[in-house]
Amino acid sequence: MTTPVRKEPSMETQKALLAGYFSRLARAKEDKRPVVYTFVPGNLAELLGAFDVAPVYPEVNALQSAMRQRSSDFIREAERAGHSEDVCSYVKCDLGMMMKGNVGPTGEVIPPPDLLLLSFTGCFTFMKWFELLRDQYDCEVAMLHIPYQGDGEITDEMRRYVVDQLQREVIPKLEKVAGHRLDLDRLRERLARSRKAEDDLAWVFRAAQHRPSPIDAYFGGVYYIGPIFTSFRGTDEACAYYAELRADVEARLAAGEGPTTPSGTLSDQKFRLVVEGPPNWTSFRDFWKIFHDEGAVAVASTYTQVGGTYERGFRHDPANPLESLADYCLSCYTNLSLPARSKVLADMVKEYDADGFVVHSVKSCNSFSAGQLHMLREVEKLTGLPGGFIESDLVDARYYGHSNIKNRIESYLQMLAARRGASRPTEVRA
Amino acid sequence: MKVFLGVDLGSTTSKAVLVDEAERVVGRGITNTRSNYDVAVEVARRDAITDARLAMTLGLVGDAGAAIAQAFWVEQDLLRLERLRQTCRAAAAATPGEGPRLAPTVDMILARLFDEADTLFNAEARTRGSFFRDIVGARFHALAEEVCQRGAIDFERLLGVYDRAILEAENEVIDASFDEMFAAAIERAGVEGPARDAALAAAERAGGEAIDLAGFVGTGYGRARLPFPRDCIRSEILCHGLGAFTMLPQTRTVLDIGGQDTKAIQVDERGLVTSFQMNDRCAAGCGRYLGYIADELSLGLHELGPLALQARRPSRITSTCTVFAGTEIRDLLSVGEKREDVLSGLHRAIITRAMSLLARSGGVYDELTFTGGVARNEAAVAALRDMVFTHYGPRTVNVHTDSIYTGALGAALFAKRGVPAEDLDDAKKECTGCSA
Repeated sequence: MTTPVRKEPSMETQKALLAGYFSRLARAKEDKRPVVYTFVPGNLAELLGAFDVAPVYPEVNALQSAMRQRSSDFIREAERAGHSEDVCSYVKCDLGMMMKGNVGPTGEVIPPPDLLLLSFTGCFTFMKWFELLRDQYDCEVAMLHIPYQGDGEITDEMRRYVVDQLQREVIPKLEKVAGHRLDLDRLRERLARSRKAEDDLAWVFRAAQHRPSPIDAYFGGVYYIGPIFTSFRGTDEACAYYAELRADVEARLAAGEGPTTPSGTLSDQKFRLVVEGPPNWTSFRDFWKIFHDEGAVAVASTYTQVGGTYERGFRHDPANPLESLADYCLSCYTNLSLPARSKVLADMVKEYDADGFVVHSVKSCNSFSAGQLHMLREVEKLTGLPGGFIESDLVDARYYGHSNIKNRIESYLQMLAARRGASRPTEVRA
Repeated sequence: MKVFLGVDLGSTTSKAVLVDEAERVVGRGITNTRSNYDVAVEVARRDAITDARLAMTLGLVGDAGAAIAQAFWVEQDLLRLERLRQTCRAAAAATPGEGPRLAPTVDMILARLFDEADTLFNAEARTRGSFFRDIVGARFHALAEEVCQRGAIDFERLLGVYDRAILEAENEVIDASFDEMFAAAIERAGVEGPARDAALAAAERAGGEAIDLAGFVGTGYGRARLPFPRDCIRSEILCHGLGAFTMLPQTRTVLDIGGQDTKAIQVDERGLVTSFQMNDRCAAGCGRYLGYIADELSLGLHELGPLALQARRPSRITSTCTVFAGTEIRDLLSVGEKREDVLSGLHRAIITRAMSLLARSGGVYDELTFTGGVARNEAAVAALRDMVFTHYGPRTVNVHTDSIYTGALGAALFAKRGVPAEDLDDAKKECTGCSA
């Protein structure tokens, strides 16, 4: 089913990009760059780049710590400080890290913030999280409130509301901490570079429509989105990385090869799946391997839409910089209603000719997990395919049960295989 | 006869079912899952094959068949009892400083067990779901108490001998000749004259027909441990779905509460699974929970249900956590709640948890079939019927008398339907555990 593990050029580039990010971040104060903490969904990377501030993404630190098996200590530390077991594990991991000296996942110290920039795209916890950080750091705070896409569309009023906040709240505060006015041309240049990288990334994701899929759009996908969901959007480095990634994927496509995985190249793909929900980070490789061992490849995923719905068609527009930033924030997956999310999933199942879809529900994240069972039923109705349901957590290792997840995935895939073997279509209940 | 084997290696019991080419059940075997999984599976598998051969033979015997069948299984248990005698002797001899004193007592107790064999290993014990270890263990314990009250033998030491010995005796596969056991069973059943001749002739005729294993599938909690090729392993969710549907073809929803987990399964009009939910890593509210409760109250597992059904005012139990259950029971009993009321509340708590899984899996469709070890508990069944009616209105809730074999039956049917003929030879070569 698999061939030996092979490192591709874009993998090395991605790794180097992120390592460089943490190193530059550690030097931010001596480089006289203001530090801005913000979150991935709805992050204003181009705007921050235009001010040359150093962005910090606390949830990225948490997941990176988890992948390096450091999150358990941080969570324990936060719980010792009185944060309940039920609090989001991203929050506890970040707070615990802060309490232990704010040493980031690469071992370098994360500098304290000059500004907390909350772009609120549906996660209430983010707001409480920054309240805690505000108490700790006593720094400038800016809040950008993104209206929820309750009716599944972005109206002119919503766009204007966001642009107005950018002009009245966010940009002035960034100007204050950066010490200079916004250069709109610089922002436009960054948005143009974003668009270029977004084109390449979207092409990479759409390549999964081929058989075999040359990518894994969930487990592999989280590596692909790393740079563009964070501080690299709008940079030349990102453009170069996504061009290189596209070239790697083009080569695999030409060779008829599947994605490169930690267990080898997965070309013999028995199941094409769409995946909803964030991955588990503490046992990421084990989690991936469970799918891999069954010959299951993710051909699309919704988690890779949380920091921008590029695969669904969104592009930044340098001609309308602030409106474009507003649309970006409004269109993030986390800001979509349950029917809209169900439609995204159902569309993905159809467009990528998937055999089924799996919902990974994480204990920590109410904003992501609430309603997922309802979505599962809706997507079943929309596609006529049964969905699979697994549960664990983001970065709290105590909630990852290998045997239980393996059992459910095996059962689900065997269920798909049994249906495939049956000649007549089966009923899917409402 | 060409047969297909399904093995369900559960956390509490290991089951084996054989079906023929017409998908009829022709043999079944069951044993307790012990520390050595391979032995448990092999015992269940051999029992299923023996059961199939016995059925073929008895089909030719006539009226004396039932008595011979009962005597046959007693003979089989006697073989293991003989093995236990040997391991007990060895364990007694190996007890530092006590060997010479323990050995005669152990021998005496074992002799009593042999004398009582017909009573101990009767059909009722089998129906109750007791296995060799349970039956012999309970009697050994009682006899040891008697002996120790009279003399200077230390009770704990005597039980220590048994505990060591049963592990060894149980974890061995005992080779037995069907023909020899059948002949012994005829003697034990007291069948004489023409009936005896007819039975022996039947055995000879049936013995001429080979039982060919044409395919096998393993399932259950411990399926990864089965010595089967990967293609011959199926999820217990699929097997329970298909098994329940086959036993009761109107089944559309299956609730399986086993030792370690609870599963809510929806199946379509062909018995194929369309949706399922199972409990998370915690085994709260599963069979193990009831086992723990039984220990806590010094009751047999089979006594819980009948006692709970006597409740007049079921206690309100909030926790199905196996760890907290003991505390909760003691608290309730200490404030004067009746044992049967507490037990009734516990059963309702288990079913409340199962109802949540059923809802998550899509609800309860007509008909609902309840499987797994807990389905043998009358109070759990009553609570399920009550709550299903409350939440979903009138629904038929089935419990098949052979529900313990549901997973193994599903596996056998997958073996019959799913294993490509060309793969069977290769599979057999790889399968060290299936040498039938």
